[in-house]
Amino acid sequence: MREVAVVAFAQSKSLRRELDRNEVEILIPVIGELREKSGLATGEIDFICSGSSDYLAGQSFAFVSGLDAVGAWPPVSESHVEMDGAWALYEAWVKIQMGYADVAMVYGFGKPSMGDLPETLALQLDPYVLTPLWPDAISIAALQARLCIEKGVTSERQMAEVAARDRKNALGNPYAQVKGEFEIAKLLAEPYLASPLRKHDCSPISDGASAILIASEKRAKQLAKRPAWIRGFTHICEPQDLGVRDLTRSRSTEIAAERAGVRKGKVDVAEIYGPFTHQEILIEKALGLGASTKVNPSGGALAGNPMMAAGLTRIGEAARRIWDGSADRAVAHATSGPCLQQNLVCVLEGN
Amino acid sequence: MSEPVEILKTPVKLDYTYSAGQSASRFLRAMAEGKLIGQRCPVDGRVYFPTRGSCPQHGALMRPEPVELSDRGTVVTFSINRVPSENIKLDLPYAPVQVLLDGADTILMHVLGECPIDQVHMGMRVQAVWKPKSEWTTSIGNIKYFKPSGEPDAPFDSYKEHI
Repeated sequence: MREVAVVAFAQSKSLRRELDRNEVEILIPVIGELREKSGLATGEIDFICSGSSDYLAGQSFAFVSGLDAVGAWPPVSESHVEMDGAWALYEAWVKIQMGYADVAMVYGFGKPSMGDLPETLALQLDPYVLTPLWPDAISIAALQARLCIEKGVTSERQMAEVAARDRKNALGNPYAQVKGEFEIAKLLAEPYLASPLRKHDCSPISDGASAILIASEKRAKQLAKRPAWIRGFTHICEPQDLGVRDLTRSRSTEIAAERAGVRKGKVDVAEIYGPFTHQEILIEKALGLGASTKVNPSGGALAGNPMMAAGLTRIGEAARRIWDGSADRAVAHATSGPCLQQNLVCVLEGN
Repeated sequence: MSEPVEILKTPVKLDYTYSAGQSASRFLRAMAEGKLIGQRCPVDGRVYFPTRGSCPQHGALMRPEPVELSDRGTVVTFSINRVPSENIKLDLPYAPVQVLLDGADTILMHVLGECPIDQVHMGMRVQAVWKPKSEWTTSIGNIKYFKPSGEPDAPFDSYKEHI
């Protein structure tokens, strides 16, 4: 395996609605900041990979216009995944592993405010028996949360505590959308959105983008003082049919964590992409994190959930803490699909 | 065995509130006033029209200052269309044209009118024919079509970079 590290990261603010900027206009300052931080010109980047969804944009091939933010002339080697940018990062990492690139740029972007996100996400479900019922994403997640509570995996109080913890952490994150100090009792007094989920259990709807630069060993050492070395990187997918899965645990995260070697050393920081509070709890359990791990110091997705970028942002937020020395070992997680269908785990180390 | 199910209807409908973006909005608002607004690339100074906010070559935000363009230009290429379209109310056949507006560095796709079809040619000078002002909206459709301006043809060298 080649040594590959995360060397630069940039993100936009998560906003409930980007009023007048289109996706490219959101992306350009983010990619500009990444270029500035790394000092690299487009020609010095061997491979570019992005994550976005045409369903959010309501246009076919919307990702192609995303390239306008990169500057694709002279022609560049480029790819795209119709997934969160974390999976685009995986593709770029494989490209470097195979020796086809030494420096790769990855970005994710989404503007879900243009549509009705919970409705749009229903299209991820099985097209024969579930999508025709058009269950929105919050209702589907609520069914999972109900199962978890019935089985004693979590409780409404624990879920509220996760929301309060993340949004308190987010006070230190200038890019976060929902932050503040919340009293558990007050949160639990709020009405249900879709029982047992209350508003605080759901991540916000966010427009935004993020971008990351990764590099092979030699280049990484030139580009960062303390690169965040990728020492484990795996993604695992579960079946699409919700009825055949155990929704009260995240089996795919457990396998990914094992293969990525999460428990081979102490974990100082974990950045988890939990779109709903109970899902964050499930991931925390699946990763096998102990009390010494600081979870979601950025606030996680509950503080800002730019679709198609939020997973990539978790990796950037974890890497940032390696760079500044506040963590020696960090784990980043990303999810995709209903009820944590697909999960990605990335282990980063400073040494 | 019963008959297999061969067709399943699952209608899909999603509504979007689309925003064109800052740059395209500026261009469209200017259209509503009968103005053609381009923007300059901050790197090489080329003028894009219409603009989508960024220079796709350099991945840079366009300079914010509007660059007002003439509604005259040069046909850099064309084709002859004999297929009817719901959107274009011109009599068949008509000529879709790529027009390089004076002052712009990118070409605009539009249609040619008031010109016998066998006379359209590269280098032909054209000018916009606008709809009545009362019908102007935030649309490139405010220009009904381009027609020959009667000026002498532009030399090939003046537009060869834009074909």
